[in-house]
Amino acid sequence: MTLLDIALHCGLALLLATIALGLLRALRGPSLEDRLMAGLLLGTGGVAFLLLLSLILDASALLDVALLLALLAAVIAAALTRREVAND
Amino acid sequence: MSGNLAVVVDLLLAMLLLALAWAATTTRDMKRAVVLFIVFGLLLALVWARLKAPDLALAEAAIGAGIAGVLLLAALRREPPAETAASDPPRVAVWLLNVLTLVVAVALGWALLHILGGGEQARLGETVRARIGDSGVSNPVTAVLLNFRAYDTLLELAVILTAVLGILALGPAARGYRRSGPVLQLLTRWLVPLLILMSGYLLWVGAHAPGGAFQAGATLAAAAVLLHLAGHDRAGLPGATVMRGLLVAGIGVFVGVGLLVTAGGMAVLQYPPAWAGALILLIETAATLMIAGALALAYLGGRPADWEAGITPREEKD
Amino acid sequence: MTDLLGITLIAIGIVFFTAGSVGLLRLPDMYSRLHALTKADNLGLGLLAAGVAIIDGGLVTAIKLLLIWLLVLTASAASAHLVAQHGLRKGGDA
Repeated sequence: MTLLDIALHCGLALLLATIALGLLRALRGPSLEDRLMAGLLLGTGGVAFLLLLSLILDASALLDVALLLALLAAVIAAALTRREVAND
Repeated sequence: MSGNLAVVVDLLLAMLLLALAWAATTTRDMKRAVVLFIVFGLLLALVWARLKAPDLALAEAAIGAGIAGVLLLAALRREPPAETAASDPPRVAVWLLNVLTLVVAVALGWALLHILGGGEQARLGETVRARIGDSGVSNPVTAVLLNFRAYDTLLELAVILTAVLGILALGPAARGYRRSGPVLQLLTRWLVPLLILMSGYLLWVGAHAPGGAFQAGATLAAAAVLLHLAGHDRAGLPGATVMRGLLVAGIGVFVGVGLLVTAGGMAVLQYPPAWAGALILLIETAATLMIAGALALAYLGGRPADWEAGITPREEKD
Repeated sequence: MTDLLGITLIAIGIVFFTAGSVGLLRLPDMYSRLHALTKADNLGLGLLAAGVAIIDGGLVTAIKLLLIWLLVLTASAASAHLVAQHGLRKGGDA
């Protein structure tokens, strides 16, 4: 494996570890907002993960997935925070 | 992906998935469960991407995490359940469920080992790749869904239409939201056109790259959901007549094309190879609009405001 | 050569991501956690996207990556605002 390959794989593993760390807060967090932030984390982190993956697997289709993920993360954030009663 | 590092990544992904699934199913707080479910869906989309299945990744992100998530939230909103279950389920039921889960797990494990052990059966992927020239598209997933196994997809659309009938029978849609603050308004103003564009792109690109009708439909539905969240009670949906037309056209175009090709002497749904690409695009367009409408109606949870009751007699109170 | 530059950018980007996650875990209240998460992660993503664009080398990919980053930026800003507002509404300091 070339240096590039090794570096990218390392980066991917580290990124995933970082996301896992953040998700720990999601599983433990005292308030609902902490879990909302897990959603945000996965949105940004997921896009980063997909970008690296598109290099490693040489699949530019994953960039489309990243684009969709970015769009949906915002919709999901809006849905989760508007979840209150009708007079919201 | 190669080497030991790939194993590390895969193990980490698998453990995260299991942890999230465990947390989502064992928590007592419903709101927390839904958020964890959404996070699980997003992570699953990443897993599909890692497994080199971008079509599934797109579908999981749009439908599994996006639409299913907001559906659960809408359900929660209608009838917020008690914080904890009224009473624990009976011991026998729990025990039976555990045994059943164990049996299923063993069966899946045996099936997985059988596949990994190098079964002698022909791999379907090679069969598809051999015949893809005849299908009219170059994306193998679309070729299978819309050409080789078109009948299955047709029946899936019929199932969706049946579900829509059920949704419409539920009564009026859930109450809308008050007009939101400026940030959400601005976000909506930018995201909705982008989502519509993305939907059109996914529909078009599905012929030669990951994408297709289901993903495009879910993206369009996400735009409708966003509109509803921002305070548009109708979620940007067209009027009742147009909606009915779109919902029926999804399956109507499919059946129509299927029957039309028999005029040229082919079997039902056997597209002539020269026309296959164009016909598939036509079918997918109608299907996208239908799926989007169905998912939007599912999110609304009933008939939108101006939908006439149909054959309900006027004396009915509802 | 360009590969090395790309890898460096990606590495720095991941460092920022880690900083964001550490902040998410260790900071005392919800608002500071939100602050750390959105700011650090978006910057990390930008650096990472730049690194990927350099390694990949194509113009179309680079433009796509720039658009993705800008979109994530806007979406994150709006989402963070919504989450913070939600927290405020539910009752002040979380």
